[in-house]
Amino acid sequence: MSRECKTPSRLEKILAAGHFGVTSECGPPRGSDPEAISEKAALIKDHVDAINITDNQTSVCRMCSLAACIRLKTLGVEPVLQMVTRDRNRIALQSDILGAASWDINNILCLSGDHQSFGDHANGQNVHDLDSMQLLQTVRLMRDEGKFLGGDDVKRPPAMFVGAAANPFADPYDIRVSRLAKKIAAGAEFIQTQCIYNMEKFEDWMKQVVDRGLHEKTYIMAGLTPMKSVGMARYMKNRVPGMDVPDEIVKRLGDTPKEKQAEEGVKICIEQIQRLKEVKGVAGFHIMAIEWEEKVPEIVEAAGLHPRPEV
Amino acid sequence: MIVGEQKPLEEIWEMIKDHKKVLVFGCNTCVAVCQQGGNKEAEILASMLRMKAVQEGVDIEITDAGIERQCEHEFFEKAESRIGDADAVLSTACGIGVQFMAEKYPKPIYPGLNTTFLGAVEEFGVYAERCQACGTCILGQTGGICPIARCAKRVLNGPCGGSTNGKCEISKDVDCAWQLIVDRLRLLGRMDDYEALTPIKDWSTDRAGGPRKLVREDLIDE
Repeated sequence: MSRECKTPSRLEKILAAGHFGVTSECGPPRGSDPEAISEKAALIKDHVDAINITDNQTSVCRMCSLAACIRLKTLGVEPVLQMVTRDRNRIALQSDILGAASWDINNILCLSGDHQSFGDHANGQNVHDLDSMQLLQTVRLMRDEGKFLGGDDVKRPPAMFVGAAANPFADPYDIRVSRLAKKIAAGAEFIQTQCIYNMEKFEDWMKQVVDRGLHEKTYIMAGLTPMKSVGMARYMKNRVPGMDVPDEIVKRLGDTPKEKQAEEGVKICIEQIQRLKEVKGVAGFHIMAIEWEEKVPEIVEAAGLHPRPEV
Repeated sequence: MIVGEQKPLEEIWEMIKDHKKVLVFGCNTCVAVCQQGGNKEAEILASMLRMKAVQEGVDIEITDAGIERQCEHEFFEKAESRIGDADAVLSTACGIGVQFMAEKYPKPIYPGLNTTFLGAVEEFGVYAERCQACGTCILGQTGGICPIARCAKRVLNGPCGGSTNGKCEISKDVDCAWQLIVDRLRLLGRMDDYEALTPIKDWSTDRAGGPRKLVREDLIDE
């Protein structure tokens, strides 16, 4: 069943047409080399509908998301501008939204951002003038009503498809669906979830989402990150906040010879997509192959998601 | 109350060592509760500094005194002569007391404490932040738990994705404020309120609006 499109976003058009959407993400470089983005984009651009550019992820200072998104745009690749509320106040956030819109960047993902204590500038201040839900409201206000938060008119409002993250695995679990409802009420038109490893828990969450009809109010893209090794699985399980990695994943990788673990990690990811395609309410996949972008085409092809639809 | 923590002795010594007569001056209300800057602690600090002076071979007269509160004029009367005799004062009040003294006396006033936060005594020896004095209280909507003071990202529509087993992503020793809020809303039978979006905050009543002042015209003498 197709839904109405509100923006020129290609990602929105694909989701609205009822196709599974496929996105991936790239982290900008820790320097000013533009080739770092172009090279990563070249690896995956024919296998995804849009590429998220992270915004100083894990609070490690990098090239800004906006500049990297503009670079993608000039290469003919559709970007998803990630924007965290940690580093900028409402003036800077709205200003960057307009800057992005001036380049016809049509997708934005609104996040609060990891705490700065995880990064390389732990002594810095955090801003959080707005939170992620309020950033969603802000983009929708600018787009739909053509207004700044301060009340003045925006000339040529930003035509952005507005997304948010959701973590079905964070605590307290019993409000995770309410929290999604809240993000939708704040304006989230698509959701990219935290990396899924605990399939049963994700399916339980999706069932509650579908029971409340929330999957008809937003597009839920299941987040996946292939494991490179058992070491990565252990790290994700024990050290990354809000991550739920079941013991059987760690065991499966641990039982695989070291030189075959990466291949096994990719295999697990493909199996997950195959299973998730059958889960009611899943509208697409967000494949976050961290510093492993070259694996994305293989995963997309093996999961039967290639070629990407023309819209 | 205002919680403070005594600065390292070395840092204090570097500030006072070139003076001849130093008064260590306690403040016996807020910071005394956390046993850091009260009159008793000022006395102990003065004696430690005297020992330090002997070790360093520096000739410096270090005495101590204190009053109930360094943030109100009336309490200073009984200590005027002691303060007048000193070349410099090491105030063990919070930053308010230190500044209030600096406004009153034309001599160096040094801070003996780092002012840490507005908090409560969770148990003897444990003090924890509860308020950031943002100027617009929302505790009525959040079940009596403040996400501005107690969430590391001051998220008004939380919890963020980093909440695990009731703890904050920054440390397993820090409670997730939004877990506490959700638990409290549940206890109060107000879980339906959770889905109400907290509006974008007006931070102009916070430090963002510049130094704050409250004037009670009705209390000011004509």
